[in-house]
Order: sequence, then structure tokens, then C-alpha cells
Amino acid sequence: MSIRFNFGGDEHIFGEVSEEMSLTSFFTGLSMTNALRTAGIRGVTEICPANASFQIRFNPDIVKPQDLLSELKSMEEAASKADPVLKTRIIELPVYFQDPWTRETCLRFRERHQDPSSTDLEYSARINGCATVEEFIAAYSGQPWFVSMVGFVAGLPFLYQMVERKKQIQAPKYLRPRTDTPKLTIGHGGCFAAIYSVRGAGGYQMYGITPAPIYDPTRKVRYLSDDMCLFKPGDIVKFKAIGRDDYDATLEEIEANRWQPTVRECTFSLKDFNSDIYGTNTKLMELIDGR
Amino acid sequence: MVVKVISPGLSTSVQDLGRPGHYHVGIPEGGGMDRFATRIANLLVGNDPGAAVLEATFMGPELEFTQSAVIAITGGELPPKLNGEERPTWEGFPVKAGDRLAFGFLKGGARAYLAVSGGIDVPVVLGSRSTYILGALGGHQGRTLKASDELPVGEGSGKAGLSLPANLRRARNSLAELRMLPGMYWHRITEAAGNRFFEETWKVAPEADRIGYRFRGGTPLEFVEREQPFGAGSDPSNIVDACYPYGSVQVPSGTEPIVLHRDAVSGGGYMMLGVVISADMDLIAQLQPHTPARFVPVTLEDALAARTEQRAALARAEEHLAG
Repeated sequence: MSIRFNFGGDEHIFGEVSEEMSLTSFFTGLSMTNALRTAGIRGVTEICPANASFQIRFNPDIVKPQDLLSELKSMEEAASKADPVLKTRIIELPVYFQDPWTRETCLRFRERHQDPSSTDLEYSARINGCATVEEFIAAYSGQPWFVSMVGFVAGLPFLYQMVERKKQIQAPKYLRPRTDTPKLTIGHGGCFAAIYSVRGAGGYQMYGITPAPIYDPTRKVRYLSDDMCLFKPGDIVKFKAIGRDDYDATLEEIEANRWQPTVRECTFSLKDFNSDIYGTNTKLMELIDGR
Repeated sequence: MVVKVISPGLSTSVQDLGRPGHYHVGIPEGGGMDRFATRIANLLVGNDPGAAVLEATFMGPELEFTQSAVIAITGGELPPKLNGEERPTWEGFPVKAGDRLAFGFLKGGARAYLAVSGGIDVPVVLGSRSTYILGALGGHQGRTLKASDELPVGEGSGKAGLSLPANLRRARNSLAELRMLPGMYWHRITEAAGNRFFEETWKVAPEADRIGYRFRGGTPLEFVEREQPFGAGSDPSNIVDACYPYGSVQVPSGTEPIVLHRDAVSGGGYMMLGVVISADMDLIAQLQPHTPARFVPVTLEDALAARTEQRAALARAEEHLAG
């Protein structure tokens, strides 16, 4: 596998690891961006890993574009050979699926949807071969997800589920984007889940809402006082399905600034994962319960 | 001292030279869309070039000063009026307590920059005073200005009377030529579509803001046929969500190109045809809706030469102001 490099104008280098999404491509991109960060090259101003690609921004007055490109190419072999072991963390995020707010928004924009006669959840369950919405939610919240990119807007994570490709949940985006999405909506487009960090336009299918803020520009939320964005590429996320009562109770705790998500340090090995996906996931999820 | 906002204009926000370093979590660099005008406004009033200024879009605000200061307006031609009397642009002039500043109709360009000696002294967030409106971050309460806002101003020492002559400013043409380096996902469109993209004259659409500028009026793109890669989405313009460079030209569904600007969305699932060169970003900031525009292909060497020329133009202006 060879990375397709490209100059994005005079200030960016874009590297596409592969056209299609896979955890292997994500890891290669992450290894490249980690190696570049460690190298500490003068003139590099932004290092952005993405799903199956990455982007570097630089000041060509300080570092020559061709020199930086050569540097990156020299890192490529090491990055693709690197034993992909990542020291990271697993975060449990409560999600109220089938909540009244995304449901109301979903009904408000029905004419922009592929199937105006079903809800986003009913439609997505059907096209993914689930007999019921409950079965779909169980699949969604049963296995963990990788944060494979943070962006679009501040703090918004793209998540890729840690299951084999044939079990990946897929859903198209709305035919025409909505002008509104509730803040903290759990959405899905293509093979990616996303959590809307701010209220605004959006085209992903909407499944539920989390009470937990993931971006706080005022840094008042206790667990966002250092980093205003909760997620980083490489984080692992486990959704915990909750009902209305739990949602309300958690929200009350958050408003009193007493709540924080369960976060555990962990190590992820791509090799171990590929040889036993569900065994690896089970061990990761056990960390959340402190077992 | 504070500046009181009597009326805010259409979309006026606090901006400086931005906050690089947080694009990987989706927080864009931001800052004045026209960086040359931002720097010069500051220099005209004796500020550091990176002090915070007000960026007014299409229509000026009305402001009241509570103390003496020197102010300057640069960028688009938005004629200032102090207590009803006309004042020049690109020139520092004094104001005193109780003076009211208003603006006439926009005569050219799209965005004006107002610097006050001492700089707008809102809190620094992630290294900058710039307002990131989409993320409610920085600036004055993370948003555009509203009537009765009060903006704090730092201590300044500028003297009135400095001005930048027209030959040291960027010339504006009736047709905007945006130089871009083709690349990124250029291979996704047919050769005929690529040629047409550069031959046709586009027009700035009304959807033109700090995030990006949309263009319309050209022929929809033809894509090279392929089976869409896993995870990319079904539209031929879709890619597996990737980062978007500043200045990148994306074409959702192949119809209307969007050039991302200082408050860019940092990534998404649309293919890009290339990236507008850094030297032409200021030019985009001053385009009004309906302005005709062409995209002009250049090489990386051309882009770097244009960048050097732009730096030289800034140096000439700075030298003039330094006397």
C-alpha cells in the first residue's frame, strides 16, 4: 500500500492512505501523523489525522514544500510496518436512543429523506437487515467504536465501529441536508457515526442524543476544563443505551457539574483485534466496569 | 475605554490574525478574512499587526467611543462618517469621547476592517481574540456583535495621520481571477469537465461567508465512473470523509464549487478539485455576491512566486507606514 501524496495549494500536503475506509488505513494515517509530530519539523503548523487520510499544514516560507514531502515519504515505510499498538482510552457515553428531540427534528424534515414514511431509525434498521429498531440499537451500542477523525466543526467525532466489514452499519445521508440538528445528536452517514457537537445543519440519519457535552468553548464543564473538546482521534467509545429516566438524572448531574464520563486507559493492538475481534472488544468493554 | 455598539451592521465580529494549531479537533484558524487589510488597519493606528479589529461584512456598524483614540478603516470601501462627517479610509484619524461612527453604503469590496488604537481587548482564547461563530468561541461572547454590546479597548499610543496610498493596496478587478493548484481529487472528473471548469465564468453565490464562498453558473461536472469505495457514500462526488485544506475547492454533487475560507469546516465527505493559493485568499474575502470569477490553474512554483510577491507588497506597505 502506498500513500497518495498531493499538495493542497502552497500550504498543505494531503496524504490519502486508501480510497476506502478500513481500520488499517486509519492506523497508517495515525502512525504517519504521530511520527511527524514527534519529528518536530519547524514550519509545520497543523497535523490532522482523518479516517483513511491525513493533512499537514505548513508555512512554505519556513520549510520548502518538496523537503517536507520527502520527509513524509521517508516516514511512510516505517509507518506502514509499525506494529499498530496504540496507547489510548475507552470512554463510555450514555445515549438516549429514540428520544423525542431527534424524533421531532426527523419528522420536521421528512420530505428531505429517502423514506418519508419511516423514521430515521426504522429506515436504517430495515436497510441494515434488522427486524426491529431495538435490534438495530443493540448492534449500535453493543460493540465499541473508534474515533477515526475529529472535525467538520469543533469537537465533532467521526466514529467507525470495531466490527468486521460485513457487520458495519451503513446508511445514506439525507437527500438534501437539514437546516437543523439538535446539539449532541448521534447521527450516521456512510459507515460513520458522528456526534453533533453544536446545533446546526446536518445530513446524517439521527438515532438518539447524549446528555454529555462533548465541546465546551467556555470550559465550565468539569471534564472539559483543560481540553474544550472531549474526543481525540484514536479514542475508543462505547455507547451505553439509556432511557428517559437515566437521561434526565444524568442531565441533572451535568447541570450541577458533578457528572463525568467513565474513561479508562487501555492499549489497543490491531493484530490482536484482527485475530479476535469480539474477544478484544469484550476485554476493552470490561475495563469500563472496572473488571 | 469601551466602544459601544449602537447598531451592529449585517455581520460584524472581532478578528485578529487567528489561532492556528487546533484544526485537528475541528477548530479553524479564523481571523480577518482579508489579512492584509487587518494588518494595515492596525499599523495605521500604531497597533501590533496582530491586534484585534472589527470585521464588518457588506454593511457597517454604528459605534460610539467613550474616550479619545485613533481609528482606521481598511479593506472594502465602506465610507466612514464621524458625527455625520465623511472621513477617509486607509488613514488613521482621531476620535474623542462621545463621537459616533457610522458608515455609508459599500462602494467596493465586501469587508471593512476597523482598528482602534490599543486594539479590541476581548479575552484571548486558544491564543487568539478571533470570533469562531460556528463554535461560539472567542471574540465577544463567541458571536457577531449586537446592539448595546460594549467592547473593551486596550491602551494605545497611535498618532493620527498615517495613511496608505492606493498604489500600495491590492487592485480590484471586475472579474476575479482565483489562482488554484489543481490536485486532491482532480482525477475524479473527466478531462472535458476539467477543461470546462477553468474555461467557464462563474459567479459568487449569495452563500458567501467566513466559512466559505459558493460559486454558481458553470456546467455540472462529469465524473469518471467507478464503484464507490467502502465508506464513501453513494454520490460520485463523495469520498471517505477527509480533511479540507483552507482554500480547497469542493463541489458537492458536482454542481456548485465552494471555496473554504478562514472559518472552514475542517473536513467532510466531498471531493475537492484543488486548492486556491494562499496569495488569493484575501481577494476572495472582498468578493461581493454576483461578482464574476474564473478559476485559473497554476503550478506550485507559480503559487510560491505569488506568495513571495504578496509578502513583498506587504513589506512595501509596512515600510511606507514606518516612514
